[in-house]
Amino acid sequence: MNFSVLQFPGSNCDQDCVHVLKNVLGHNARLLWHKDTSLGDTDAVIVPGGFSYGDYLRTGAIARYSNIMAAVKQFADRGGLVLGICNGFQILCEAGLLPGALIRNKGITFRCEFVWLRTGNPDTPFTCKAPEGTLLRIPIAHGEGCYFADAETLKQMEANGQILWRYCDRHGNTTPESNPNGSLLNIAGICNAQKNVAGLMPHPERASEEILSGHDGRILLESMVQFLENRKRS
Amino acid sequence: MKAKITVTPKKAVLDPQGKTVQTALEHIGFTGIKDVRIGKYIEIELEGTDREAALKSISQASHKILSNPVIEDYSVEIE
Repeated sequence: MNFSVLQFPGSNCDQDCVHVLKNVLGHNARLLWHKDTSLGDTDAVIVPGGFSYGDYLRTGAIARYSNIMAAVKQFADRGGLVLGICNGFQILCEAGLLPGALIRNKGITFRCEFVWLRTGNPDTPFTCKAPEGTLLRIPIAHGEGCYFADAETLKQMEANGQILWRYCDRHGNTTPESNPNGSLLNIAGICNAQKNVAGLMPHPERASEEILSGHDGRILLESMVQFLENRKRS
Repeated sequence: MKAKITVTPKKAVLDPQGKTVQTALEHIGFTGIKDVRIGKYIEIELEGTDREAALKSISQASHKILSNPVIEDYSVEIE
C-alpha cells in the first residue's frame, strides 16, 4: 500500500510513522510537505503527531489551512482513508473532517504514559482486525487531549458507532480514573459518519515493535491495510 | 483602525485553567469569586476607515480561524 505521511513545521512523529509503515509493516510510505498541493498516488493519509505551528492560536488551527489539507479534504470526500494521530487528530477536528474538538487536559498537566483502550465498533477500516471490546495498550503524550463535543453530537456519534476507542482500565472498564485527560465519555478516538476518517490521541506508531514495549498499535495500522486490500480486490 | 477580539471558552466547555486560577485566587485571600474563565485577547491593526466593512471581515476571520465555534465564543470591537 502507498501511505502518505504529512509534515508540517513542528510535526515530530512523522518519521516514526514512516519507519513503522515501511520497515515494520513493509509498505510504501513517503512524507508530504505542507506546501504540497497534491497527494499523488496514495491509498491512505496519516496526519502525524507533534506541535504543528507551535500549537499557536489553538492546536491544529493553522495547519488545517495549509495547502496539503485541501488535498486531504478532497481525498477524504472521495472516500480515501485518513488517520490523524495526536496533533493529527486535533488538525482533523479543526478542519471539520471529524466532529468535536480537543481542549486542555482536565488536570492541566501534560500526560505521557501507556494507557489502555477499549475498541468500540469493529466494523470500520481502523478497527476491522480488533473484535469489539479488544483492549489495546498504547502510549499517549499530550497536554490538550480532552475530547469535547456537544451532547447532541455525542449522541449521534454513539448511535452511529463513531466512538472507536475509549480510555479504560486493564480490565476494560471505562472508569473516571482510567481517563487521563477528562475526555467526555472517555473518548480516545473517533471516526466520521462515513467511517473513512479517524483520529485518536494515543500513538499507535509508538507501540508497533516489541522493543518499544508492545505492538498493539499495529492492530490499528494493519486494520487499515486489510481494509485497503479487501477494497482493491473487490 | 484597530480590531479587538475576545475569545472565551463556551459555558459548556470545561476550563481547567480558569478553575486553577480560581483556586489560586482563593488561596491568596480573594473572596467572593463565583467563577473564572480564561480566554484570549487579540488585537489587529487595520488599514482604511470603513468600520462596518472591518467588523464584517474581522467577524468572518473570528469565526473561521481566530476562534473554534465548537468550543469558543468571540466578540469583536472596532475602534
